[in-house]
Amino acid sequence: MELLNTIPWMLIASSVAKTLFLIFLVVLPIVSYTVYAERRVSALIQDRLGPNRTGFPISLFGFKKDLQLFLGGLGQPVADAVKFLLKEEFTPAHVNKFYFWLAPVLAMVPALSTLAVLPFGNYLFGQKMVVADVNVGILYVFAIASIGVYGIVLAGWSSNSKYPFLGGIRASSQMISYELSLGLSAVPVLMIIGNLNLSDAIQYQIDNGWLLLPFTDGKLTLREFLLWIPVLISFIVFTISMFAETNRLPFDLPESETELVAGYHTEYSAMKFALFFLGEYAAMIAGSSIIVVLFLGGWHVPLLPINTLESSMTPGGIALGFLHITAFFAKVIGILIFFIWVRWTLPRFRFDQLMKLGWLYLFEIALVNIFITAGIIALVK
Amino acid sequence: MAYTVRRPNLTFWEKIYLPNIIAGLAITFKHLKKMLKGETHVVMQYPEEKWDAHLPEYYRGAPTLVKDEHGRERCVSCQLCEFICPPRAIKITPGSIPSESKFAKVEKFPEAFDIDMSRCIYCGLCEEVCPEQAIFLRKDYAVTGESRADMVHHKEKLYELGGTMPDLVHKWNPEK
Amino acid sequence: MSTEVPLLNVQIDGVWMQFPKGTKVIEACSQAGKFIPRYCYHPKLSIPGNCRMCLIEMGMPKMTPDRKPVLGPDGRPEIGWIPRPQISCAQDVAEGMGIRTDSPLVKECRQGVMEFLLINHPLDCPICDQAGECRLQEFSVEYGNSHSRFLERKVKKPKNVELGPRVTLDAERCVLCSRCIRFMKEVAKDDVLGFVDRGGFSTIACHPEKTLESNYSLNTVDICPVGALTSTDFRFKMRVWFLKETKSIDVNDGLGCNILIGSRENHIYRITPRENNDVNGNWIPDSHRLNFKYIQSEERILAPTVDQKPAAWTEATKAAVAKLKAAGKLAMIVSSKLTNEELYLAKRLATALNITLHDTLPRFETPDGILIPSDRNPNTSGARLLGAFTKEPGAHLKEIVEGVRKGTIQGVLSLGEDLLDCGFAHEDLLKLKALVVTSILPNASTKAAHVVLSGAAWAEKRGSMVNIHGRLQRLNKAVEPAGESRDDWEILRDLLEATGTVAALHSIEDVFRSMSQDVPAFAGLNLGKIGDLGLQLLPKQETATVTA
Ligand code: SF4
Ligand code: SF4
Ligand code: SF4
Ligand code: SF4
Ligand code: FES
Repeated sequence: MELLNTIPWMLIASSVAKTLFLIFLVVLPIVSYTVYAERRVSALIQDRLGPNRTGFPISLFGFKKDLQLFLGGLGQPVADAVKFLLKEEFTPAHVNKFYFWLAPVLAMVPALSTLAVLPFGNYLFGQKMVVADVNVGILYVFAIASIGVYGIVLAGWSSNSKYPFLGGIRASSQMISYELSLGLSAVPVLMIIGNLNLSDAIQYQIDNGWLLLPFTDGKLTLREFLLWIPVLISFIVFTISMFAETNRLPFDLPESETELVAGYHTEYSAMKFALFFLGEYAAMIAGSSIIVVLFLGGWHVPLLPINTLESSMTPGGIALGFLHITAFFAKVIGILIFFIWVRWTLPRFRFDQLMKLGWLYLFEIALVNIFITAGIIALVK
Repeated sequence: MAYTVRRPNLTFWEKIYLPNIIAGLAITFKHLKKMLKGETHVVMQYPEEKWDAHLPEYYRGAPTLVKDEHGRERCVSCQLCEFICPPRAIKITPGSIPSESKFAKVEKFPEAFDIDMSRCIYCGLCEEVCPEQAIFLRKDYAVTGESRADMVHHKEKLYELGGTMPDLVHKWNPEK
Repeated sequence: MSTEVPLLNVQIDGVWMQFPKGTKVIEACSQAGKFIPRYCYHPKLSIPGNCRMCLIEMGMPKMTPDRKPVLGPDGRPEIGWIPRPQISCAQDVAEGMGIRTDSPLVKECRQGVMEFLLINHPLDCPICDQAGECRLQEFSVEYGNSHSRFLERKVKKPKNVELGPRVTLDAERCVLCSRCIRFMKEVAKDDVLGFVDRGGFSTIACHPEKTLESNYSLNTVDICPVGALTSTDFRFKMRVWFLKETKSIDVNDGLGCNILIGSRENHIYRITPRENNDVNGNWIPDSHRLNFKYIQSEERILAPTVDQKPAAWTEATKAAVAKLKAAGKLAMIVSSKLTNEELYLAKRLATALNITLHDTLPRFETPDGILIPSDRNPNTSGARLLGAFTKEPGAHLKEIVEGVRKGTIQGVLSLGEDLLDCGFAHEDLLKLKALVVTSILPNASTKAAHVVLSGAAWAEKRGSMVNIHGRLQRLNKAVEPAGESRDDWEILRDLLEATGTVAALHSIEDVFRSMSQDVPAFAGLNLGKIGDLGLQLLPKQETATVTA
């Protein structure tokens, strides 16, 4: 009895509700539509059209015309999902079965777990819109995100075949290298904010203007202006490292299809492959969210009033709460589109160039940047 | 022999990539914008839009068999096309024309003539090799089927697609 | 070697060479690597010299007034060239002779002859069975013009004429070389063909009230250089360039004519003779060359059966041996149509099963005086060598039949023979406790058999046979065995292993090796050494008794 009473039922229930809402109503739809956006944007960039007609092939059963359920190709992600679910679940004979099955899970789960500490809104229905408002938020993110590489390495190794193997090796060295600059480039931001809690990071930006756009609070002090320089450098390094961390072009060497067939997931099919696919996009979303939280003010919209815990039960507060969530994901989507845009613009790096860039430039820049920030913080009050 | 590729001398701004990356992004964005505004029209919406009217005379669509102006099957089943066909798409069973037929003079005709369209590569060699001007690549390109068997064009189908081509070979015509 | 024909010095296209006296110029040129085109000349027939395709320039040594050859600066006789072309097929080489095979004159002559030949020739190649192996096509490409200057109307001649039951004539395509006429007269000894009409209207035809029905008539189709004579059986069946030609031997009689099996995609289309001057020359009887249809008949037994029900091979071989062992006293009938390898394994199987009573079925008929000998079994000599029968073929057949009738013999193993042919009556078969047969076609024995093992036909297997003259020859595989059927040697090997013997034979080469170790006559040989033309295994005289 005692024990039962100590369990915070309310907290668990709200966390589960928030998690379900976040994963199934927000992240997964965004993931699938990012895939769709990827295809459409890439097509448009290349003067093509992309998937623009998806429907039910009811003409197969004798009807005159096929049924177009969604506008244009918007049904495509649904069709893709159905296809993945219905495809033959094939496991090659020569693989290391246990790890082969574990790898896709390891690719998907960390990406989703990082979302737990991200504040994706202010208050709604008397709840703070973050699954776990922990004090070590950003550290948690880095810790969990770095597990993602095991999925890829395991996939490459357990497939027991040369292309996945090479992909796995590339992934591990690439991710380890870029995690350094990723972590280091976040340090100046944390120094400025002075806290690891991500909700506090947003609060700081509400009070002092977004880090990347310091004038959003209506004033621009000299300190803010000086600090903007290292923040910009941080932002660039962080974004580039994010590309590398999520294996996006121009850093998609682990799966570079021109050299490695499909890299680490060559031997995967059906839903196992889809998990890799989703994991990759979920990682992109997680990465974009962190960028939004750290540099772009999170859910904050300038000039929009901010609701409180108390007001979040009133209709106006609820509306505001939804607006904040929407604002957050609108920013995330903006970054995602940028990701896609870059992918279809830049060619792939060579592996040595990639390593050189990571170790000889980004790492040093991020390191020096920390000192610059420290100097500014110490000297300019 | 080793050949040294001279690397271009890059300026500082080129070396740090970023301006060029931005320039690249600008280019792709321009394309995106033009597509969105409907200014570029490269891709055809296939079943609705077709290029059929523009197909050139020499277009190589599905191979077909033709008859002459007297309704005679031009093909005498010499099997040269079967021999030349690179993917071995053609299979012919030769037969003799019965002596009571009006075309008995020709002696030989294809009892069966199958072209496996799932193999055909539309190379046109069959048309080129045919000594009797009997096989032509026509403009049909939408060759579809729901099974492998569907993809085999039998003689009837080949004549249906091919139709008649008058005045090409006269040697079998009755003498005047 | 001293009583050899003298060698003569001949200059061909400027090179001096030596040829034995009596060599035809056309052959000498071929041997020198200068092929002379020809239509009428055939090495096995008389020489009419009527096609003029083989024209060459020829010369004899210049003579001094005292009949001494004039020697050139190189010490060789100087040649006085005859100012007009000569035919090379009807001319023997002579001492000091000079020959030019590629001078402008010769080239022009060939062009002229080709142009004349093609004047009335129809544009039939697309429907002509000869296309692909037609001398007219080949020489036209090599020596002719690419266009025709003939504007007049071509002479029409009869087409699609049945000259006989097996040969169809297209007179328009005939180049009047008379090879067919000479063959029928000289080789087939049935003078039925001749020319009628004159000039451009000349046509080949049968003599009045005769037809071309000799058992050798299809050889005219082979030697006809063009598509004038075509085989009615092969007519319009398949273009020759698709045919895969497998060198093998005929199994219809004890001679074992050398043949080529023309097959495409596992289907045999025709059989043509293959030159072997020690066996059949260039010819083969029609009856033999057309006797291959049964191989691809619908009737073929496609899988082994046990108690008339289809069974897997392992079960069938096990059942066969089990039934034979359980039956008591056994006898074995072996066919002399089996290859040496199979006969050898049969003998080993007999030993393993304790069969002492075994025999072959002899087939002797009247010889035809040309190629077909009296022995119609292809491998009687091999059967004798390998001990398939004791004393004479068929000597013990009666004893076996009696034994079965009396019930002393209760199991019979028949390899490739129908027991009704061997003197059994149908009731006798029903008395047997175990009847195991190998066969490719159903017959009375297979219908009564307890185990039927479906073997391979002769065109579906490799192996060797010894002909009546003691020549060891090779069979080669042209097509795959029908259905589930297997090579007979494999069946016998499996039977042998089912008796408990370890055979360790994995290929036909292994069988031959094992045979060459056990049978002295084959010592030191292997299938490769036999060669395409065979190998004289026994002295010719010794086997004369077989042909009796
Ligand atoms: S090449 Fe022409 S005539 Fe010959 S088989 Fe083919 S279609 Fe018929
Ligand atoms: S077009 Fe080419 S591939 Fe197609 S049938 Fe003719 S020869 Fe064969
Ligand atoms: S005989 Fe030779 S040249 Fe004449 S039609 Fe036949 S294949 Fe052609
Ligand atoms: S039919 Fe043939 S073999 Fe006979 S004469 Fe004519 S071309 Fe020569
Ligand atoms: S081959 Fe010499 S004349 Fe015919």
